Amino acid sequence: MTNRPTTATRRRRGPAHALVRWYRGGGAGNLLFTLPLLVIFALFSWWPISRSLVLSFQHTNLVTPATWVGFDNFARVFADPLLPTAAWNTLWFTILAVLIGFPVPILLAVFIGELRRTRGLASVLVYIPVIIPPVVAVLLWKQIFDPSPNGLLNTVLGWVGIGPLPWLQSAAMAMPSIVVQATWAGFGTTTIIYLAALMSAPPELYEAAELDGAGIAKRAWHITLPHLRTVILLMLILQVIGTFQVFTEPFVMTGGGPNNSTLTVLMLIFRYAFVIGDYGKATALSLLLALLLSVLSAVYLWATRKWNRT
Amino acid sequence: MTIPKNPVEGADPDIDRGIISPSERSRLSVRLGLLVLSILVIGTLALVAAGPILWLAKSAVSTTQDILREPFAWWPSGIQWDNLVQAWNGIDVGRALANTVLIALGNWFFGLLVALTGGYALAILRPRYARVLTAMVLATLFIPSIVSLVSLYLTVIDVPLIHANLIDTFWSVWLPSAATAFNVLLVKNFFEGLPKEVFEAARVDGANALDVFWRIVLPMSKPIIGVVSLLTLVSAWKEFLWPLLVLPSAGVQPLSVVLYKAANTAETAVLIAGMFISVIIPLLLFLVFQKQFLRSAGQAGAIKG
Repeated sequence: MTNRPTTATRRRRGPAHALVRWYRGGGAGNLLFTLPLLVIFALFSWWPISRSLVLSFQHTNLVTPATWVGFDNFARVFADPLLPTAAWNTLWFTILAVLIGFPVPILLAVFIGELRRTRGLASVLVYIPVIIPPVVAVLLWKQIFDPSPNGLLNTVLGWVGIGPLPWLQSAAMAMPSIVVQATWAGFGTTTIIYLAALMSAPPELYEAAELDGAGIAKRAWHITLPHLRTVILLMLILQVIGTFQVFTEPFVMTGGGPNNSTLTVLMLIFRYAFVIGDYGKATALSLLLALLLSVLSAVYLWATRKWNRT
Repeated sequence: MTIPKNPVEGADPDIDRGIISPSERSRLSVRLGLLVLSILVIGTLALVAAGPILWLAKSAVSTTQDILREPFAWWPSGIQWDNLVQAWNGIDVGRALANTVLIALGNWFFGLLVALTGGYALAILRPRYARVLTAMVLATLFIPSIVSLVSLYLTVIDVPLIHANLIDTFWSVWLPSAATAFNVLLVKNFFEGLPKEVFEAARVDGANALDVFWRIVLPMSKPIIGVVSLLTLVSAWKEFLWPLLVLPSAGVQPLSVVLYKAANTAETAVLIAGMFISVIIPLLLFLVFQKQFLRSAGQAGAIKG
């Protein structure tokens, strides 16, 4: 009882002292500079991410208090007959995007890299589609895919006696058509990245190979491609991560049709949340998709580390 | 981290060799082959990449009839300048353009603010909690943004602590876009590469954290500010899904949302005129600042590694 006041005063002086020391040591200035990052990330990144975990186990309608429902949201996601359709469409989009869109930038970058006077012009042309806002690019290609015999693409094909083709109006052709548009919109970025990687290929390697009698094609195959190997892997993983989350292209181009043939997983999440208002179900599906993407991200991280070391 | 050279600017011709060596370049067969390659590449790219944009420009001043019936003819019914006026006033492209500019500028300002102050704190001031913060920012880089799409929407409807509803205000786009880990880490890496002695000398001379930031760090950071600015502005101009969700009123919507809505209602010629207006600004900026654009594109690839 007797020493109680002394501890109290020590306690009172202690923190105050520490505070003054912290302030004089620049602690306030440090905190001031950290504050924008801290507030913005806490409110709009860390909090929503943690809240997603909670939401996926709850029923929420924003009016009545949320209730815990265990794995019910996940069960309802798996029970949705549209899920296999959306999952397959997304995978199909990814496969087509890799088949159609993946080799183009590599070849293009190797070609452009050998140009001297026209390299600048080629790079500018390559990058033009990237500058076009996605919605405009999609609407523009919707015109190109006009199914009438007078449509842009059908007119061109008509010159060589093909078509007219239904493009977006047929369940079989809609997804490949969307992939063609997405490839058009995206190949510029990848080409420029490959081009930057090519420029860092050591000239001594080419000189040595040339002295050994390797021709131009051999050098491209044995030096250029191996030099790009890790970038190629990174671009592949990044492309797959991107295509798994494809939304704008099918949403604006076809709205998921015809007959759900272009409905993707992200569009399904959009429907759950913002058409039906079932936030729990939407969050559950986005967590499942994210889990898949995290595995890809982990591979990506591992590959980057390896790349940076070499 | 260093800013890689622009892949497009040719370096010293003696060092700048690719697969084909300078001596081979003097051979006639190689020169002819390269000429053909050059014509093929440029020709194909002009047709595939620039062609659709040229068609967009032509159709922006054509009648709907001409666009649909004779897409390759040069204005059989004459040039329709009125399309542009109708798009500007009729489907509100003018206001949407102003909204897009405001959204882009706000994203740019808040994005830079968070990235520069945060990068400075994490890389140079380094308080004790810096390591934890860096790890937490880095972690968000590997969590796909889809995880928080729905919960971010619910957050914006009712912001924690202040209980504000940001729907239909530009804040709902500006603030979430500032939480971009990529920009923070890009700036942090850059700051870590700056010479530390300069800051330490200034601190010894009595400069406080703000002085060092304002007078020393910022003037040295022009290249990275340029890269982050460009990345932020370009991605703001392209945004679609998020503004569609958080800006439901027509009066505040950017071009991407307005054009998407107009696609189902407006006349084709007017819609295409609106699309052309929304393309022309980024396209002109790109043609003027092509070196910076291409460098930051190459940079984005290098840093993602």
